Amino acid sequence: MNIPMSNRFKSIITPIIAVLLGILVGTIIMLISGYNPIAAYSALWNGAFGEIYYFGEVIRQVTPYILAGLAVAFAFRVGLFNIGVEGQFLIGWLAAVWVGVAFDLPRIIHLPLAILASIVAGALWAFIPGLLKARFRVHEVIVTIMMNYVALHVSNYIIKNIITDNKDKTDLVKNSATLRSEWLQSLTDYSRLHWGIIIAIIGCILMWFLLERTTKGFELRAVGFNQHAAHYAGMSVNKNIILSMVIAGGFAGLAGAMEGLGTFGYDTVKGGFTGVGFDGIAVALLGGNTSLGVFFSAILFGALKVGALNMPLEAGVPNELVDIIIALIVFFVASSYMIRVLLDRLSKKGVK
Amino acid sequence: MSLMEILMIVVPSTLLWAAPLVFTALGGIFSERSGVVNIGLEGLMVIGAFSAIVFNLTFVNTFGSLTPWLALLVAMVAAAIFSILHAVASITFRADHTVSGVAINLLATGITLFLVKLIYDKGETGIISKGFSKIDIPILKDIPIIGKIFFQNTYWTSFLAIVVAIFAWYIVFKTPFGLRLRSVGEHPMAADTMGINVTKMRYLGVIISGALGGLGGAVYAQSITSNFSHSTISGQGFMAMAAMIFGKWHPLGAMGAAIFFGFAQSISIIGSSLPFLKEIPNVYLLIAPYVLTILALTGFIGRADAPKASGTHYIKGSR
Repeated sequence: MNIPMSNRFKSIITPIIAVLLGILVGTIIMLISGYNPIAAYSALWNGAFGEIYYFGEVIRQVTPYILAGLAVAFAFRVGLFNIGVEGQFLIGWLAAVWVGVAFDLPRIIHLPLAILASIVAGALWAFIPGLLKARFRVHEVIVTIMMNYVALHVSNYIIKNIITDNKDKTDLVKNSATLRSEWLQSLTDYSRLHWGIIIAIIGCILMWFLLERTTKGFELRAVGFNQHAAHYAGMSVNKNIILSMVIAGGFAGLAGAMEGLGTFGYDTVKGGFTGVGFDGIAVALLGGNTSLGVFFSAILFGALKVGALNMPLEAGVPNELVDIIIALIVFFVASSYMIRVLLDRLSKKGVK
Repeated sequence: MSLMEILMIVVPSTLLWAAPLVFTALGGIFSERSGVVNIGLEGLMVIGAFSAIVFNLTFVNTFGSLTPWLALLVAMVAAAIFSILHAVASITFRADHTVSGVAINLLATGITLFLVKLIYDKGETGIISKGFSKIDIPILKDIPIIGKIFFQNTYWTSFLAIVVAIFAWYIVFKTPFGLRLRSVGEHPMAADTMGINVTKMRYLGVIISGALGGLGGAVYAQSITSNFSHSTISGQGFMAMAAMIFGKWHPLGAMGAAIFFGFAQSISIIGSSLPFLKEIPNVYLLIAPYVLTILALTGFIGRADAPKASGTHYIKGSR
């Protein structure tokens, strides 16, 4: 390589290297445990894109991943680590289903109302860590982790004792509030594909527009780059911290609505986390916290997750292998300092 | 039901639930005192629980009643080795500590469930036949009143946890090693100037936290769940982290907080059989540890501040 790599090129190549490293280590693990990696990866591919049904399921899985990724990425751009997406997601799911079950309204009002409820609920849930960070300088990571567990137990309690009469599952949301579509389902051989993907894409565009094309977005990014400089320039750091958490929580709540109004159509009492919120962290990190990056990495992780389900059937490999690969990708993206150092060495050697 | 009878149920059960939290919270203290944030405690507990159960199932015929204790050692070693990943990422590779911790958690569940399917060809392990069971502590059990409440129908691991907590307090606050560990976490540059190897101390901090986290997971699995599945460790690690914060990064404080959280957990399970607690909805007890931690951080219950350099990287030569 004769030309020194530009920073832009490096920021694209680093996540790709991280993904390749993740797959490489995954392959090594399979070889050690006596599985056939080629059979496993082809089963993975077939399970994600082999049939139109699987393809529909991939898009279905990508939908909440995009929004959960945006929820992490948006806060990250303002310098906050929103590890509480899982909790905001659960609360959003609950609110959407609650509105979907409790009211009888024409579709044109009911569906938007249910979606709006999820956004507001997620935003309120994220408002608390935002406020505590702005007002008391409490680290948002700890507060959001704690809020995740509060969300889990509170939503379980509400489902069991308030929405239903001591049942583990709510009724299906009314037809006027559902995102499901017979047409989309019949198009994909009766997968659970629903209209949510459109909302997720709008979410991506919205985040890009807000951050890159508005004055408020400039302020938010300025706070993310350097709080002191932003403060000196007359921006209110505290207001922007709260605002960013509220918007991030809105995205996370919306991701919950995708499950509540789309994929499942109901809410259940959960024994543990769904994992969507934590996968959202992986999505955002790999996507470099930009909306386009989140979009693409959500597709990658969605395909991995759905394709994995085919691995035990076709190749006899446990689907947890994909969870290992996802974890490794996060690990390598986090360690991208090392990848960048290696890249620098490589490009310097070329110059000599 | 008399007060005495209630205490005889509640106290041992509280200590049973608290023990894993105490161990893991102490682990968190060693890591954070050295300046490395460890969100991966949950994952370390998972590794500990998994290796203890697998060891126990495999070797129970060889070692007999000694098995659960040996399993604790195995779990400590396994989790300590696993925690090196976190150390390498967050110290040498300068990864964001929180992100690396998240990766550790994801990786731990992935690897252990993968291995369970590989070894047992199903989603969870069998039930162990020799776990930690209820015992009466000799001599102490005969003390009037106190003996009945604290030393009958209880578990050795509960007392081990308290002993380890006192030992950890001694190490962190009364030995040169502890002083070095704390200095590295408060002001790494000053420590470096005084000739302390910052990287080495931080590696040690993380590895000790791995061993203790693994111990916590192993105790939990062998005294409470008796098998390993995806839901064996569900939030215990984060609750231990909460205990660490609520205890203000002090070993004895963390122990107290862990015992309190253990109380809340055990009450949420056995509360329905106790007369005056029946009325309180479960949800309040379930969320109590988390809400209290948030309040503690906010400063409503005495302010909790992390070690100064916690979560930062030390890069030699930078100011």
